[in-house]
Amino acid sequence: MIRSKLFCIPAATLLAAAEVSASAAFSYMPVQAAQTSLNVYNWGQYISDGTDGYIDVIAEFEAAYPDIKVNYMTFDSNETMYTKLKTDPAAFDLIIPSDYMIEKLARENMLAELDFDNIPNFEYVDEAFRHPAFDPENKYSVPYTWGCVGIIYNSRYVNEDDVTGWELLWNPTYAGKILMFDNPRDAFAVAELELGYSLNTEDPEILQAATQKLIEQKNLVQSYVMDQIFDKLERGEAWIGPYYAGDYLTMVEENEDLEFLFPEEGFNLFIDSCCIPKQAQHKKEAELFINFLLDPAVCGQNLEYLGYSVPETAAKEFMDPEVTESEIAYPDDETLSHGEAFKALTDQGNQLMNELWLTVKTSDDVLGRYIIITVAAIILCIGLWLFFKVRKRIIKARRGTYK
Amino acid sequence: MKRNSGKSWLSVPYIVWMLLFSIIPLCIVIYYAFTDSLTGEFTFSNITGILDYATIFLRSIWLSVAATIICLIIGYPVAYTIARCKPRTQRMLQMLVMLPMCMSFLLRTLAWVALLEDTGIINNIITSLGLQPLPLIRNSGAVILGMVYNYLPYMILPLYTVISKINPRLIEAAEDLGCSKAKTFTKVILPLSVPGIISGITMVFVPAVSTFYISQKLGSTGTVMVGDIIESQFKGAYNPNLGAAMSLILMILIFICIGITNRVAGDEEEVMMP
Repeated sequence: MIRSKLFCIPAATLLAAAEVSASAAFSYMPVQAAQTSLNVYNWGQYISDGTDGYIDVIAEFEAAYPDIKVNYMTFDSNETMYTKLKTDPAAFDLIIPSDYMIEKLARENMLAELDFDNIPNFEYVDEAFRHPAFDPENKYSVPYTWGCVGIIYNSRYVNEDDVTGWELLWNPTYAGKILMFDNPRDAFAVAELELGYSLNTEDPEILQAATQKLIEQKNLVQSYVMDQIFDKLERGEAWIGPYYAGDYLTMVEENEDLEFLFPEEGFNLFIDSCCIPKQAQHKKEAELFINFLLDPAVCGQNLEYLGYSVPETAAKEFMDPEVTESEIAYPDDETLSHGEAFKALTDQGNQLMNELWLTVKTSDDVLGRYIIITVAAIILCIGLWLFFKVRKRIIKARRGTYK
Repeated sequence: MKRNSGKSWLSVPYIVWMLLFSIIPLCIVIYYAFTDSLTGEFTFSNITGILDYATIFLRSIWLSVAATIICLIIGYPVAYTIARCKPRTQRMLQMLVMLPMCMSFLLRTLAWVALLEDTGIINNIITSLGLQPLPLIRNSGAVILGMVYNYLPYMILPLYTVISKINPRLIEAAEDLGCSKAKTFTKVILPLSVPGIISGITMVFVPAVSTFYISQKLGSTGTVMVGDIIESQFKGAYNPNLGAAMSLILMILIFICIGITNRVAGDEEEVMMP
């Protein structure tokens, strides 16, 4: 799917602006409140911000609700978000984590129940995305996007015969050109799938095997990345990396050689949803923002820019048909059947995985070299120290003789 | 002692500052280092668990020692030359040394990434000449380069300050008494600049050993440093207890290293005392 930016920008801008301002002007009544700030915490590069002529979601929202000032912040992994929220539970009014993290947050009683009276646009959400497994009563979350994780590779450098599945990430031919997820959950999922296990397993033996698999891969990996992957793949600094299908659609616009693979061994199928933390200061405003995001016109334009898949069919009519027909954003049922959603691990499972991930990151096969270097350095230090001590004595002795 | 006591209130702001932002946080670090991440009970497991990461500590120390030595070797002649210039030129050169510090540290490191990458500026020039690209980035050398580049001003400035304060008459006296140029340097100038060398080494080594960004950007998956691991424990893995224990051990190691430096140099200073 290649969108020619030059041609579609003016049209898209006009359309988007007209539609959004129309819907904003007529369907929303500004709330009566003093200027409040709404603290939104979302993934990096995960909202349309007005570049390339697409809708600027935050600016449009602020125009529709002049009393609300959006304070937008980003995170690069669910775990970072969790840590921040745990340290300062009242810092954010709206967060957009993924499925398994929502389950974990709900289990730890960190989420507020949504007031769906303030979110009438929830009616547009497709039946398939209501009552998801991670929030069966649909109390805490409203879907933002969904998508799949797959392998993005550069067809100019990577031989098609090698593109068989996850094992591509272990192919020594491409040593130094392979990227890998920089968070334990996603990285272990890749290793577990390659080994033929479920990505929700907590079996310590399987996790150990996955750890070995990741250590084996480490020397081939250029670096562990999250959003830096965009830059590295687009410029050809790296050739292979696992990432989200939606981001692939953004990257391929910059570099036509990039291709996407749904590995047959299975892949992660995710839903990212809007939630409100229990201690949020501006719950009502956050619900208005969620409602705004669900507006089919806003949702369609926003997600066309993001490349991720929409959870509401009504939004598709506001999108470029080329996007909605893309087999990567909306794979067929046969492909989707290989997907598996993350479930929240137990605290013990999480801790074990974090520890093993640290083992992967710190593993070292050149231990001996460092021991030799350090011993040499210590001997050198002691030697210097002795040298100065002896010299001092000699000088003192000499001084004595001069007297 | 008595003479100063009337003015002791002048140090109150600093003591309050220290208490609030150094002593109390240090206590929190110690508290975290000795408690369990899940149950919050007292434990030594964080500290003993660090043994698994001994190689990371060794690597950090080795890389930063190398960077410090290179900084000293490059920085000393520069500081010496600046100190020997006319006052006007001195001020200008000093400004030039500090100029890179005006730019964000992250930006400067990213600039090196853009230069050294496989598809970076240097390798693009090399490949356009028809040669094979060089592996400039993602090795220990690149990490040391990044550290030297970023911390060199911290070595030059204290050295320059001390060298420029050396009384020129001492040098003249040494020459009058028949010292050769080399002898004057080793017998007079070098010993007198030891305090500058010590503060230079401290100011380069301490930030270098705990650095975390440079190794992520310029290093490979095999050059992870303590700073990276500590950062990840606080940021993603949510195990601040292990992170705190690592910080504590790192702090102790830094104190030991500074102690060794002071010991070696302290002897030297004593020798110079008449």
